[in-house]
Amino acid sequence: MKLTERLTDPLIRNNPITLQILGICSALAVTTSLSTALTMSVALTVVLGASSIIISTIRAHIPGSIRLIVQITIIAALVIVIDEILQAFAYETSKQLSIFVGLIVTNCLVLGRAEAFAMHNPPLPSLADGIGNGLGYSLILIVVGTLRELLGKGTLLGQPILPTVETGGWFEPLGLMSLAPSAFFILGLLVWAIRSRWTDQSEAVEYRLKPDAGRAAR
Amino acid sequence: MTDLFLTAIFEENLALSFFLGMCTFLAVSQRLDTAIGLGLAVIVVQTITVPVNNLIFNGLLIDGAWAWAGLPEVDLTFLKLVAFIGVIAAMVQILEMALEAYVPALYRALGIFLPLITVNCAILGGSLFMVERRYDFAESVVYGAGSGIGWALAIVAFAAIRERLKYTDMPAGLRGLGSAFLVTGLMSLSFSAFAGLGAP
Repeated sequence: MKLTERLTDPLIRNNPITLQILGICSALAVTTSLSTALTMSVALTVVLGASSIIISTIRAHIPGSIRLIVQITIIAALVIVIDEILQAFAYETSKQLSIFVGLIVTNCLVLGRAEAFAMHNPPLPSLADGIGNGLGYSLILIVVGTLRELLGKGTLLGQPILPTVETGGWFEPLGLMSLAPSAFFILGLLVWAIRSRWTDQSEAVEYRLKPDAGRAAR
Repeated sequence: MTDLFLTAIFEENLALSFFLGMCTFLAVSQRLDTAIGLGLAVIVVQTITVPVNNLIFNGLLIDGAWAWAGLPEVDLTFLKLVAFIGVIAAMVQILEMALEAYVPALYRALGIFLPLITVNCAILGGSLFMVERRYDFAESVVYGAGSGIGWALAIVAFAAIRERLKYTDMPAGLRGLGSAFLVTGLMSLSFSAFAGLGAP
């Protein structure tokens, strides 16, 4: 696979969230507004790219039996650096992100790509794979974050887009969009949309009713 | 204390209102019996690790914890991530060995779920919330137990619904993950109706 393909493949076709089911934990909680979603996206992409390149560089020297501990230590060190930078330069955003920057350590996406790709490939493809998956994750976060902030508050990045009723406009904000359930609904519908476009992604049927089962019962 | 306990189970359910442990939540909920096993393991590990992390944070890492040794300037709070992950991994390992030695029946039942818990963000999230909300030791015991029970309750209920969903005739794109998200959304909506249950 070429480097550019490594970079673009995880964007939609092989998206970490909608197909690989990795890293959902943090994907939903930080999407109440676009700015937190963007900050989280940047933080995760940086950690994923850096951890991929570091782990891939030293992959020949990591003993197999303790590789998970080594990987987690590297990721945790990177996350601590990002967390300290956010607290120093963007204190308000880091307060809003609460514990979720710290939770990048146990984000299955970072550990999953390290284990599945970076441990077996040279640094450059690993970096492309890390950044690509980070961007795929970011894309979903940005879509969900945009929808939730626009429909929930009528703003984008804090700037008013739809004039709300309170300020004399026509738009009545949907309170549901600021609550947790809406993130699940939007992501569910997004998965449905993607799998309707690329039908090869849809899951196999486990049980099928006999075609005349309903008639026989009647 | 009871209101903290009830809030941790229902209103601030780790899975349904903070989205913690979602990867495991979606991956290990295909069958009811495995979901019950994982739920039990999470309750046990969460009840132990949150108080232990509380002792370590307040005893070793917090600003000024080393004043008795003549080092009042030392502030190790930035090490909390590494320390907590280490504690969780060690606790899971110890628990696994203890169960294997003394309660082999339970060990066989929990089996593969114990190692999985190390990377479950609900466990690390519980400890990080404990730090952020400044719980004392007694509160952290109650919070650990409550949040563990809440997570287990959510995954058991979700697995029970999912077993039924296998037989439904839904659009191809919605099958599996898509419907799982929509169901979780509805469950999250119904759990938010418990808001105020824990209020004194």
